[in-house]
Amino acid sequence: MALYSEKVMDHFRNPRNVGVIEDANGIGEVGNAKCGDIMKMYLKIEDDVVQDVKFETFGCGSAIASSSMATEMIKGKPLSEVKQLTNKAVAEALDGLPDYKMHCSVLAEEAIHSALEDYQKRTGRKI
Amino acid sequence: MPPGGFTASGKESYAVIYADNAATTRMSEAAMDTMVAMMKESWGNPSSLYAHGQEAKEVLEKARKDIAEAIGASPREIIFTSGGSEADNQAIRSAAALGRKQGKMHIVSTAFEHHAVLHTLDALREEGFEVTLVDVHENGLVVPEEVGEAIREDTCLVTVMYANNEIGTVQPIREISAVCRKRNVIFHTDAVQAVGHIPVNVEEDGVDMLSASAHKFHGPKGVGFLYARKGIRLKNLIEGGAQERGKRAGTENVPGIAAMAVALKEACANMEGNAAHLTKIRDRLIAGLREIPHAALNGDETRRLPGNVNFCFEGIEGESLLLLLDDRGICASSGSACTSGSLDPSHVLLAIGRVHDVAHGSLRLSIGEDITGEDAENIIRNVKEVVSYLRGFSPIWRDLTAGKKAFIL
Ligand SMILES: Cc1ncc(COP(=O)(O)O)c(C=O)c1O
Ligand SMILES: [Zn+2]
Repeated sequence: MALYSEKVMDHFRNPRNVGVIEDANGIGEVGNAKCGDIMKMYLKIEDDVVQDVKFETFGCGSAIASSSMATEMIKGKPLSEVKQLTNKAVAEALDGLPDYKMHCSVLAEEAIHSALEDYQKRTGRKI
Repeated sequence: MPPGGFTASGKESYAVIYADNAATTRMSEAAMDTMVAMMKESWGNPSSLYAHGQEAKEVLEKARKDIAEAIGASPREIIFTSGGSEADNQAIRSAAALGRKQGKMHIVSTAFEHHAVLHTLDALREEGFEVTLVDVHENGLVVPEEVGEAIREDTCLVTVMYANNEIGTVQPIREISAVCRKRNVIFHTDAVQAVGHIPVNVEEDGVDMLSASAHKFHGPKGVGFLYARKGIRLKNLIEGGAQERGKRAGTENVPGIAAMAVALKEACANMEGNAAHLTKIRDRLIAGLREIPHAALNGDETRRLPGNVNFCFEGIEGESLLLLLDDRGICASSGSACTSGSLDPSHVLLAIGRVHDVAHGSLRLSIGEDITGEDAENIIRNVKEVVSYLRGFSPIWRDLTAGKKAFIL
């Protein structure tokens, strides 16, 4: 038995949407103060839809895979849907994470929510 | 399929560089042969009086003699245990029991001991003992004078590991034992990472108790021993039959013990050559990995085990590093919080003053005798590539290189 599911390893080895969006209009950076993982999400939102998303992550396999999966789950989605994203959904989409690694997937949810807040602050729009 | 793996027989099915010998070692052929031979032939109970039992008893006592010889002890001073953890527990509990009788309830140790020691000390704290942990400094070395300063009238034990399992630093054991002798305090050393790798001699080193574990020197797992100088009264952790002169109940693991003795003899016979080879490769690895910017070696550069290399790389996390190295056929370990299963990075790295962020990006390579110069170049190249890849999408690295945060390393 491997530590992680095939899906986790796939997203860890070939992370989707890695990088920076220079003209992002919603940026969120969150960290787990204790374990030290840090995640940064860049959103490009137009017409209440996430047109583009990129991430940068400093963290373990589960943190990187969660970021990657989360970006896939919100790309091209309306904000009404994006704001519903939970870490549980991310973990499920990855075919599960070891119990002691669930906190890493929480970061993905938090980073997206923090980027949405940033977007609202910048634009004055309510989601 | 990642380019690395082991077949059921333990042989590599394709090229793997196993650089995690501090976690465990592969059993030597001689140790395996001995173990199987004992299971096939001398499988009797050493406590039985008929010949078949007495034959097993002979095997057991021969192993005890060989092990005693390897560390300069006498056979009566060796008791077999289930490994390093049990030996540590028993040594510390024994000294504490003696201390309690004499009203001495203070123990001196260090913050970077193995958990087998630290958690035993935690338990003793709950039982009323006081524990002083001496500094291990930035270079990962205990200063003997500071041990002396920590010793009090009511100190019943000093326990300091021989060599650290994470950063490989080798402690000034003789100087520490001299301090303890002078103050008449029992000195125990967890020598799990040292025995079979560097010269250990209980007489010359002046230690009163010493723990060792077979699987760290190419013997089997679940077997180890405790050396306790004649005159030190051991306290039982496991009550039952009269095995091990009444100090450790349970029918002896004869095949494992015999294999441990063979492995130790072998390791000691080849120690000089192995150490010279390992030291050369270790130093090449250190020089090569130093070329990575914002990286630092953990632990003193020369006073370390011949096979230990431990680095921190700023801006990356250790588990991802390990997973990607595994994909490239390199087995290593890390002290990052995410690899530990707990939320904290290695207590050893914190003890030498590495901050959380930096401790997160640690890599331990503990190489074995079969490593080649080519393997070392392979490791260096792959670590460089993986570190640089991970830094490429690390928000911390971005802030550091953008000048938004100051580099620590
Ligand atoms: C320094 C040290 N002490 C104790 C132990 C525990 O040994 P064992 O696994 O045989 O219980 C280890 C091994 O992990 C170790 O490295
Ligand atoms: Zn993590």
